[in-house]
Amino acid sequence: MSTVAASGGLTLRGLVKRYGAVQAVAGIDLEIRRGEFLTLLGPSGSGKTTLLMMIAGFQDATEGDILLDGQPITGTPAEKRNFGMVFQGYALFPHMTVADNIGYSLSVRGRPKAEIAGRVAEMLELVQLTGKERRLPSELSGGQQQRVALARALAFSPPVLLLDEPLGALDRKLRVEVQEQLKDLHRRVGTTFIYVTHDQDEALSMSDRVVIMRDGRIEQVGSPEELYTRPRTEFAASFLGKSNFLQRDGRRWSIRPERIDLVAQGLGRVSGRVLSLNYFGPVLKYQIETAEHGPLEVDVDAWRGGPALQPGAQVGLDWKDDAAVPLDE
Amino acid sequence: MTRSSRLNPAWLLVAPLLLLVLVMFGGPLVNILWLSLTDPEPGLGNYAALIEKDSLRKLIWTTLRVCLITTVLSVILGYSIAYAMANVAEATRHRMMLFILISFWISVLVRTFSWIMLLGRNGLLNNGLIEAGLISQPIPFVRNEVGVLIGMVHYMIPYAVLPILAAMQGIDRRVLQASRNLGARPAQTFWRVYLPLTKPGIIAGALLVFILSLGFYVTPAILGGGKVLMVAEYISVQILVTLKWGTAAMLAVVMLASVLALLYILSRFMKLSAALGGGRT
Repeated sequence: MSTVAASGGLTLRGLVKRYGAVQAVAGIDLEIRRGEFLTLLGPSGSGKTTLLMMIAGFQDATEGDILLDGQPITGTPAEKRNFGMVFQGYALFPHMTVADNIGYSLSVRGRPKAEIAGRVAEMLELVQLTGKERRLPSELSGGQQQRVALARALAFSPPVLLLDEPLGALDRKLRVEVQEQLKDLHRRVGTTFIYVTHDQDEALSMSDRVVIMRDGRIEQVGSPEELYTRPRTEFAASFLGKSNFLQRDGRRWSIRPERIDLVAQGLGRVSGRVLSLNYFGPVLKYQIETAEHGPLEVDVDAWRGGPALQPGAQVGLDWKDDAAVPLDE
Repeated sequence: MTRSSRLNPAWLLVAPLLLLVLVMFGGPLVNILWLSLTDPEPGLGNYAALIEKDSLRKLIWTTLRVCLITTVLSVILGYSIAYAMANVAEATRHRMMLFILISFWISVLVRTFSWIMLLGRNGLLNNGLIEAGLISQPIPFVRNEVGVLIGMVHYMIPYAVLPILAAMQGIDRRVLQASRNLGARPAQTFWRVYLPLTKPGIIAGALLVFILSLGFYVTPAILGGGKVLMVAEYISVQILVTLKWGTAAMLAVVMLASVLALLYILSRFMKLSAALGGGRT
């Protein structure tokens, strides 16, 4: 595809957005690399959508700067930024055909008809919707609409593509499928993707890097693996995956449920009593009461973990040294 | 017994009303149709006069012209007002709506006479202009077609504003953001996205204004000063003064038929319920 971006590195410097006394975004410094898949992850109210809207140019920054490849674009209006965007709910033009939706960005730039038609055909192929060009958005399924929105946003080869919870309206099964397609698309077009979601699974499976946001600030930035294996705060540890928290040597530690092993009674680091177990197919999830650390969650491989323990059973709990991660206060 | 048990009892509740409508509304309508074909003598003479008589042809032309100009002006002005209302803060919008509704509630007679006082030969505007030395003779604003148009457009604007505003408020803001995001200048966003999305509201507003204008009586009669004769006034004269009931009935039938035809043609192009409901989402 001819969409390899020559630019697309973004720098956010001290970005603040205030609504009266409320700070929606409270000072963001971030370097977004050219061509990467970056996810802004956070609960609602964490400022991730406001941040995306500021990058898109729909919200003015109260303070701070946005730079594209070193050039400030903070005051540039949205229509001159040339950033593609996939909106929540897609925001397709309901009165235009699929082809007119996809060709819109070229048509408003006054490109010749033949060029637009060629590009539309190319984009339709990219999102596998060839043959649907004369349909109206209302005649398409949710998944197809989502692909039209993607094609429309990528048609003018933007250096940056912004995605605002684009999978929110799809059902769970379709979502996993579309995640794969999105990742594949990102590899092929080479555009910088900035992806907003509150879904940790999406963040983990698709991103090169994830930014965990909380109360308008960045909680932690890193690759999905880094964030999962070495969370720095209790919030990061519990928002991305599940975690147990221990108090030891005067500080807090995080330990993932699957990093705890069940051993015979009397062995291991601590001993405990099974409170409950839940069967989840590949894993068994135990709640185990310990004297030292209270109730701990333990995930055991359902096939290799031996026979299931019943509530009330006494067990030992063990883990490797690197399984427990120290947290910042 | 079996018959009455099969009848939906809800019909019993509606029946008196249904009967009333049939007798009080359908009856006179049939009577009018009958009159138009029988008075003064049986035949299509009344309808033939529509083509043969110059005065009637002129009457129809005047009515159509005034109604069309009124519709175009009301929709253009109504669109601007609705656009302003759709884009101000909510409190301001409520205040603007109140002003529209107030003018809606004031009797058409009062409004018409107010225009005479404002725009007449000795009206506020002419006197003011003369005293300011800008003109030496009063400008004839009223007692002509301009006066009729001013009065009618003023009365009709709320009917244009309401459906257009509903259509505007139904537009998803993200669709407009998408247009900007894709590189469209504000004017391009308006012509290519905003205006097409408000089309159902425009059509509904235009339809409403045109149909109401067709039957306008008080405003043309007073502000036209007898020089702008429209169908409703003509019918009234035929019934009350010249007693040509056949001609009056014929004109009433023609008017009703044109309104129905208009609605039918429109229904071929769009869902009428959507238009009258003020836009779709």
